[in-house]
Amino acid sequence: MIADIILIIAGALFVGVYVSWRAGRIDRLHARVDMARVALDVTLLRRSSVAQELATSGLLDPATSLLLAEAVHGTRDSRPGGPGGVVPPGEQSGDRPRDLAESDLTRALRAAFSQPDFRASLSGKEGADELLAEVEEAAHQVFVARKFYNDLVAVTREARRRPLARVLHLSGRAKAPVFFEMDDSLIADKPGASLGPAGHTMW
Amino acid sequence: MKIGMVCPYSWDVPGGVQSHIRDLAEALIDEGHEVSVISPADDDTPLPPYVVGAGRAVPVPYNGSVARLSFGFLSVSRVRRWLHQGGFDVLHVHEPGIPSLSLLACWVASGPIVATVHTAIPRSRVLVVTYPVLRTALEKINGRIAVSEAARTTLVEHIGGDAVVIPNGVATRRYRKAEPLPGWPGPDGAIGFLGRMDESRKGLAVLLKAFEILGPDRPGLRLLVAGPAADAEEVLGRVPAGLRDRVVLLGQVSEEEKVRVLHSVDVFCSPNTGGESFGIVTAEAMAAGLPVVASDIDAFRQVLDGGEAGELFAVGDPVDLARAAGRLLDDPARRADLSAAALAAVAQYDWSVVARDVIRVYQTVMLGRTRVAVDTGGFP
Repeated sequence: MIADIILIIAGALFVGVYVSWRAGRIDRLHARVDMARVALDVTLLRRSSVAQELATSGLLDPATSLLLAEAVHGTRDSRPGGPGGVVPPGEQSGDRPRDLAESDLTRALRAAFSQPDFRASLSGKEGADELLAEVEEAAHQVFVARKFYNDLVAVTREARRRPLARVLHLSGRAKAPVFFEMDDSLIADKPGASLGPAGHTMW
Repeated sequence: MKIGMVCPYSWDVPGGVQSHIRDLAEALIDEGHEVSVISPADDDTPLPPYVVGAGRAVPVPYNGSVARLSFGFLSVSRVRRWLHQGGFDVLHVHEPGIPSLSLLACWVASGPIVATVHTAIPRSRVLVVTYPVLRTALEKINGRIAVSEAARTTLVEHIGGDAVVIPNGVATRRYRKAEPLPGWPGPDGAIGFLGRMDESRKGLAVLLKAFEILGPDRPGLRLLVAGPAADAEEVLGRVPAGLRDRVVLLGQVSEEEKVRVLHSVDVFCSPNTGGESFGIVTAEAMAAGLPVVASDIDAFRQVLDGGEAGELFAVGDPVDLARAAGRLLDDPARRADLSAAALAAVAQYDWSVVARDVIRVYQTVMLGRTRVAVDTGGFP
């Protein structure tokens, strides 16, 4: 009799501890996703600002400069809260979805960088090598930060989908995190592939 | 005069700026000037003899969509070579606010430079931040032309300085002759319409109503409608079933087909209810020698010479339209008179007239300046 009660209490305790551990894990995952989102946002902002610097450096021809500046402006416009607003990616607002605007900046940078002898044409100019290296570094950081973020989103979504989490509503009021998909490769896979399937033409 | 002209968009893609440059260049050549146009173009595109290809344009995101533009130092060196070999008296760039060849040409050239602005440039912020980079290029423009009052306003606000408004011309020659579509216009008459079918200010609804009045009395009369429509079935559904087989919807047509459509009807109708600044389609129909029935709005009254070169009817009134069109259909002599009057009236909008206005701008900027040369500053 007593043994039974002890067993039931122990069982209840065990279930309680397990459930709260699972809930805690889901909570921690959401917190980590939030941090990864902020990190991704910082790398995107950094990339925009370095691209802007390149656009206004006077190192490039005016057409390339204008093209880059336009793309940077697009990313600022797409940011929730308007130009200058700092809200993590994945949250959408503005005229143009942020993933598209950031992909446009990638494509504009790629169009500039993938010109034959682009680097050679700039070498020897004051500050050119440093600035180009900085742009590439910033672009690479976006790639890494986005990978980390999306990996965490995948793990979190999986944890939320588990039956126990669904039945007991362990994720509380936290919204399911969303993947952030964008074109972030500075290297063209093959010539002519720079636009992807979604390219709609203006003229 | 030796004129160097710069097109910012790919020559092989159809577009308003490209057509403008083609028509203007050909009109200037007809006037006896020497013209060379440099434009991005695919290597295998056949180009008119006066066009020099500047290499393939790169598709890039621009302004929320994808544009095919030429930029970068390779384009710069191609423009420089073209300028060097051309020895132009004047350089005429189009849309210098677009990141493409025209901007680059301003940047590497010096001497008399004229710029034409076609569209509103939407984002001034970008021009503000990049202004230090663009200034060297844009400040060299000596004469500015805007194709419309709206374009002039944006130009003044964004780039500064004033501009002369010289509207697009009508390539009247291109509309003069064409083979009618097989079986058209037919013995019992045909009325034509060109324009977006589902845009209410184009007035197709007024014409369809008028056709309901005209159709039953004239058993062979047909209606030929060409232009883009989101839902052609819906347009046809508005016509009473008994008349439906006499309304032919062509959808969007090419430039060549458009001219053929105009030559396939006896009477052309412009039932627009407003919002037209010039009425280019009406002018094109006149250039094809068609008698026109148009709504009495300012733009049409002007192009039809106050009603001397075509019939005007009360705006949005299908009964009045049916009366005017019916009168023309019944009176071949009146049609012939209006056809001759239309051809005479539209001549003043021909590109040759526009070309002479443009030449005057060239002459103004050339005063006291030497020829176009390659600027030694800027890029190596």
